[in-house]
Amino acid sequence: MREYFKNIYEAIVTILIGMGVTFRHLFVPSVTLQYPHEKLKLPERSRMKLFVNIDDCIGCRQCERACPVDCITIDTIKAGKDEDLGAASNGQKKRFHVTKFDIDMSLCCFCNLCTFPCPTECIYMTPEFDFATYDRNNLIFHFSNYTPEQVRELKEREAQQKAALANAKTGKKPEQK
Amino acid sequence: MEPILKLFTELLPGLSPLLPYWLLATLSALIAALVLFGFIAVFALFAIWLERKISAHMQDRLGPMEVGGWHGWAQTIADTFKLLMKEDLIPEKADRFLFKLAPMIVFSVSIASFAVLPWSRDFIPTDLNVGLLYILSISSLAVIGILMGGWASNNKWSLYGAMRSVAQIVSYEIPISLSLITVILITGTLSMQGIVQSQQGNFLSWNIFHYFPFMFVAFVIYFIASLAEVNRTPFDLPEAESELVAGFHTEYSGMRFAFFFLAEYANMFIVSAIAATAFLGGWLPPFSFLDFIPGPFWFFGKSLFLVFVQMWLRWTLPRLRVDQLMYTSWKVLTPFSFVLILIVSFWQLLTL
Amino acid sequence: MAQTNNFPETRFELEIPDPLKTDEFILNMGPQHPSTHGVLRVLLKTDGEIVESATPYIGYLHRTFEKHAERMTWPQVVPYVDRMDYLASMNNSLGYALAVEKMMGLEVNERAQYLRIIVSELNRIASHLVFLGTYGLDVGAFTPFLYGFRERERIIDLFEEISGGRLLYNYIWIGGVAFDAPDGWLEKVNEFCDYFEPKIKEYNDLLTFNKIFIERTANVGVIPADLAINYGLSGPTLRGSGVNFDLRKNDPYCIYDRFDFNVCIGKGEQGTVGDSWDRYYVRIEEMVESAKIVRQAVNQIPDGDAKETVPRNVRVPAGEIYFRTETPRGELGYYIVSDGGKNPVRVKVRAPAFCNLSILPAVARGTMVADLVAILGSLDIVLGEIDR
Repeated sequence: MREYFKNIYEAIVTILIGMGVTFRHLFVPSVTLQYPHEKLKLPERSRMKLFVNIDDCIGCRQCERACPVDCITIDTIKAGKDEDLGAASNGQKKRFHVTKFDIDMSLCCFCNLCTFPCPTECIYMTPEFDFATYDRNNLIFHFSNYTPEQVRELKEREAQQKAALANAKTGKKPEQK
Repeated sequence: MEPILKLFTELLPGLSPLLPYWLLATLSALIAALVLFGFIAVFALFAIWLERKISAHMQDRLGPMEVGGWHGWAQTIADTFKLLMKEDLIPEKADRFLFKLAPMIVFSVSIASFAVLPWSRDFIPTDLNVGLLYILSISSLAVIGILMGGWASNNKWSLYGAMRSVAQIVSYEIPISLSLITVILITGTLSMQGIVQSQQGNFLSWNIFHYFPFMFVAFVIYFIASLAEVNRTPFDLPEAESELVAGFHTEYSGMRFAFFFLAEYANMFIVSAIAATAFLGGWLPPFSFLDFIPGPFWFFGKSLFLVFVQMWLRWTLPRLRVDQLMYTSWKVLTPFSFVLILIVSFWQLLTL
Repeated sequence: MAQTNNFPETRFELEIPDPLKTDEFILNMGPQHPSTHGVLRVLLKTDGEIVESATPYIGYLHRTFEKHAERMTWPQVVPYVDRMDYLASMNNSLGYALAVEKMMGLEVNERAQYLRIIVSELNRIASHLVFLGTYGLDVGAFTPFLYGFRERERIIDLFEEISGGRLLYNYIWIGGVAFDAPDGWLEKVNEFCDYFEPKIKEYNDLLTFNKIFIERTANVGVIPADLAINYGLSGPTLRGSGVNFDLRKNDPYCIYDRFDFNVCIGKGEQGTVGDSWDRYYVRIEEMVESAKIVRQAVNQIPDGDAKETVPRNVRVPAGEIYFRTETPRGELGYYIVSDGGKNPVRVKVRAPAFCNLSILPAVARGTMVADLVAILGSLDIVLGEIDR
């Protein structure tokens, strides 16, 4: 019998304590942000969207290798002997035409592994996060500056050079097309 | 019928000589019903908004803030439109007729209860002399609708919810009735208006302060049991989200779901209104010098306060288990209300 | 009829139907269900509200982690490891990093070690806060969930500042950590501890000692100590049964032996030892202990370069290792085989939540559907880790 009344007493008291907690919180200012109007200031390190400063890219492909989900696709064409592509901002010499530098953000797992091996620190994560789109293809970001014509030109030249090289090695005549 | 007819003839004195009595009576009843229906719809919208706001602030959030400008007041209206425009889905294996009937029954039952709620000295849709009994009997009809909905959905979770609901509402009707019997013992009438009239005076003459503290305990018992009656936390087992997905209305969507939802909030108001009438002096002001403020204000204010307490409890407490729910009803509330009846009757005998 | 023998006397025994016997009800709880904590499917055989048997079916979140790991280079596995127990990524990657470091014989920089302790203990608090909130939801209380997330948000903000990620950090690397702490970060951690410790009382007032909550959880799903050991439970689930076993104390890894903290075990305060309430309360107490460890670590942390010992190329000598650490869910073991190449040959994970879940059929028999939800919640499973 004592147990019975003790239970009832405990139930009432603990419920009242709990109600006290929630009542106090009625008057506590909210901790949430009204998102589209107020935005959280994201710290520098926050990893949201990948960005490539293509001017600094030397086409070393280290980021492509580091990526665990293969979301970075890079195509490079070796620069000619007499060609000078300039240097990245930290002095590394550019030896490749980066004809394609695509990042598929729909594949990206935001692990940041690609940014560490980059010798010129040209690929990095930015705190920009609202890049949702209606079409998945819009999440493939193209960073290369080369137009398709330029790429075709460069490719033809490379093919010619290769053919010439092969020609020089074997001494055969290049096949006529 | 009489008081509402009187109210109408007072408001529109030119009509009564023109129309025959039967037409006037029907018209006034229809208009009263429309007004009440409008009130229920608006109140439910308001209560849902209030619940969102209260829950949000208790949880250190803000709740809806966008729709309509000021604190998202139009959020529930927008939600209603969304529900209206949703596809009316009926599961393939459902019992179509019962599935459609269930929300109607639940909703019409909750409207029917409004018929005897006294809003002021004059405005009571119909002053039945068995008003309290009428409400008690009509509110137990909602079980049928819930069971129907749960069974017709042909969903195991719904069936669970419906079964729980039946067990719960049937057993909690007893403490509700018993605690209201103490009120009837004091007032000596079953008429809602009569119960209010007998509490005339300042707030100390309300039933809740009668035979202090016994009537207060009766009020608490009624309040707890009424939570179970309207499936609110800590007795929200029929729709226990974490156990039964959504309970008896798992399969309902769109407007049919809205009817269940609307009925839930209307029921919240009804049980609070009964508590306000039976224990808190209905439309009477707490002090007699506040008489100039009309009755509906006090009635609505008191009921709204109790609705607030219901919400407050909901956002504080966990949910009971089925056996504990039965324990609370049969082993705690029912014996206590029996004892209260005894005490009140003896007290009345002694003070005769 | 499996029996082909026609002779036994039972042949003449008629099966008399019990008029009160009702059919079993087969209930499919999940994979889409609010309280299976993800995509667990539990097949229930119920008799009314009573559960006669509960069989968990897993695999709905299988992401072939172990096969993936075979293709990845050693550092590339870390982001995958993070995704197993997504509520405690730091603790997962800590275990992996320690295992690989032990194979390599790598001595990690002091400062990095302290940073590791700080982040993994903070993550333990964050994970237990999610447990607190979701457990509240399981038994029907909504508000503790928001309160738990309110505090967790602060931890996540701290993590974002130090690592850049909010949920999956890729912070603890083989040989160290990805970044050193930014300026003022350690002070913020101390501030968080000051803010956090008084909040425990709020949870206790609101949920822990609420009579309804106690009624729902005490004496429900009692796991006796011997059963718990036999089923290979670990972590707070094991300690809730009164077994004093914490890898941080019993088999200290990293630098846990330098800190002063208590191992919290279930005492059966509100019911029997090993009931759901004990498992819940062990976690509440553990949050306090973790905050204590964090404070000590912040006070003792030496200066230095946290990235000093991170190798540029990870070369793991051929061999195999089993290394276990204490995550918020229990003993997380990595069995790693290396052939000296760029990729691990095999990364097998002994997931604590997987082993903890295995006890569900044994405990659930004879309870009610509502109890089953409470028991499942008290095991604190994360499906990402169970299915991997």
